[in-house]
Amino acid sequence: MTASVETNGDFKENLGFRQKLGRFFNVLLLICTLVGLVVLTALLVDVALEGGSWIRPQLFTNYHSRFPEKAGMKSGIVGSLILIGLTGLFSFPIGVGAAIYLEEYAPKNWLTNFINININNLSGVPSIVYGMLGLTVFGRMFGLFEPDSWLVKAFNIPVAAGMQGGWQFDLFGIPGLAIQLPFGRSLVAGAMTMTLLILPVVIIASREAIRAVPPSIREAAYGLGATRWQTVSTQVLPVAVPGILTGMILALSRAVGETAPLLIMGAFTYVPFLPESVWDQFTTMPIQIYNWITLPQEDYRIHLAAAGIIVLLAVLLSLNTIAVYLRNKFQVKW
Amino acid sequence: MLADQNSNNHDIVFTTKQLSVYYGKQLAIRDIDLEIQRHKITAIIGPSGCGKSTLLRSFNRMNELIPTARVEGKVYYNEKNIYAEGIDPVSIRRHIGMVFQKPNPFPKSIYDNVAFGARINKYQGNMDELVERSLRQAALWDEVKDKLKDGGLALSGGQQQRLCIARALATEPDVILMDEPASALDPIATLRIEELMEKLKQNYTIIVVTHNMQQASRVSDMTAFLSIDRSSPEARIGILVEYGVTQRMFIKPEKQETEDYITGRFG
Repeated sequence: MTASVETNGDFKENLGFRQKLGRFFNVLLLICTLVGLVVLTALLVDVALEGGSWIRPQLFTNYHSRFPEKAGMKSGIVGSLILIGLTGLFSFPIGVGAAIYLEEYAPKNWLTNFINININNLSGVPSIVYGMLGLTVFGRMFGLFEPDSWLVKAFNIPVAAGMQGGWQFDLFGIPGLAIQLPFGRSLVAGAMTMTLLILPVVIIASREAIRAVPPSIREAAYGLGATRWQTVSTQVLPVAVPGILTGMILALSRAVGETAPLLIMGAFTYVPFLPESVWDQFTTMPIQIYNWITLPQEDYRIHLAAAGIIVLLAVLLSLNTIAVYLRNKFQVKW
Repeated sequence: MLADQNSNNHDIVFTTKQLSVYYGKQLAIRDIDLEIQRHKITAIIGPSGCGKSTLLRSFNRMNELIPTARVEGKVYYNEKNIYAEGIDPVSIRRHIGMVFQKPNPFPKSIYDNVAFGARINKYQGNMDELVERSLRQAALWDEVKDKLKDGGLALSGGQQQRLCIARALATEPDVILMDEPASALDPIATLRIEELMEKLKQNYTIIVVTHNMQQASRVSDMTAFLSIDRSSPEARIGILVEYGVTQRMFIKPEKQETEDYITGRFG
């Protein structure tokens, strides 16, 4: 028990109790921290035990099979990587562009405030809602390219019926620049849905990175006769890029793990081929894992699923490592 | 020097007429009439919050970067009103360079810091020569000539501020605005900046905002004293109280308020 140095009539210091309370909260907060960590560690250990020995070459080289020993997730891994690449390609320019506009250009008025509030709201919308949105907008395009739609009738668009139906043409007549409307169950449709899903996160992260650039740098550039775009492009963006990339990669790692929106979009659980173009059907790692878990045999349900989870976690972890590396390497120290 | 300004229009760089600046509905400075003489150092002094920086930033239209700021009245630069319709503030800022309170070099190399203003303004001459000339003018060349590719942020505070001056000189301006350029520096670095200002005034017109009365009396030729309008102290409106030759202002100010401020009775 700590004795106080001096006693004073009007103060009832009660130091012993106050210190005990402090120690109590110290322990309580430590427990709060450990709860999450312990459960996560237990999960990881369990997954590693169940699936560790199933991390074999055929997991990466084979497609799903009727025989667990031969089953792999090649199409899922490739599908996930392409999907993430496309999602990054779509969401980076749009997200960063929106962030630059909102931070550097937008006037401070009610409309901007309204947009701000809604971007924050959108980042909390459940992913399955984005799945519905993606299905309607990108997957089916409101049925505009079905044979009996008003658009097709009005413009006499040569559409085909059926699964791979719709309107297919080469953009600007250049062979290879194929476009298929609607996007259906293609990688493009999935990537665009994922883009919508992560855009709010990308915008918020990019805005924070842009806002972290000291205003004095902007003043210096303006003071030398730079235009707004010169200031943004030559001074603000180079400083903000590490932060933007970090946010971008973390958003993408969220997209890697998403299952629900793609299931709604109609991504298949059994895809025994690799996509030949971005208009092909695809599957992803989480969908493959989900598929295995629903099968009755223990080898699928437990071991292969666990192995798949390990691969998925490895991809996530490497993405996060890249993010940390980029941040540390390129961050400007003021 | 004691004879008050006896100048013709040719020696006047800036003339402000009834210059008032608002931030939103708040009036910051009111009806400032001022003539800035060429190749002189003009100091703007006054208590905190009286609008010294606001006045300084009206000379290169930097106030417009604050969305709510509004300027009334006229500022003639070489007899042209820079607030007239159709004048692009970007075109003004190259001719009227600015040095800020806190050294703010870009997080780039020393060379790129100096070359930036020239590059964005499509300088056609030899860039290496321009960089060397600007750094020499800013009395920094000898210290950095062997490490031009090093980062500007690695320099000391005083060197950073001289780098910022070199950066401003590289756009070949006519006027240099300095907003308390030495307030973040130690006394030795401050002295070097003051010596530099003395040298620069042969080729440039310098307007400097300063909190430091000794600095104003040491370096400036002309002094403008701004203060809060005493008729409505609650509104905190900055007005020009007195303007004249520095020596006379510091020895025999005309206004009681100026004397009170200079002798340290308020502010």
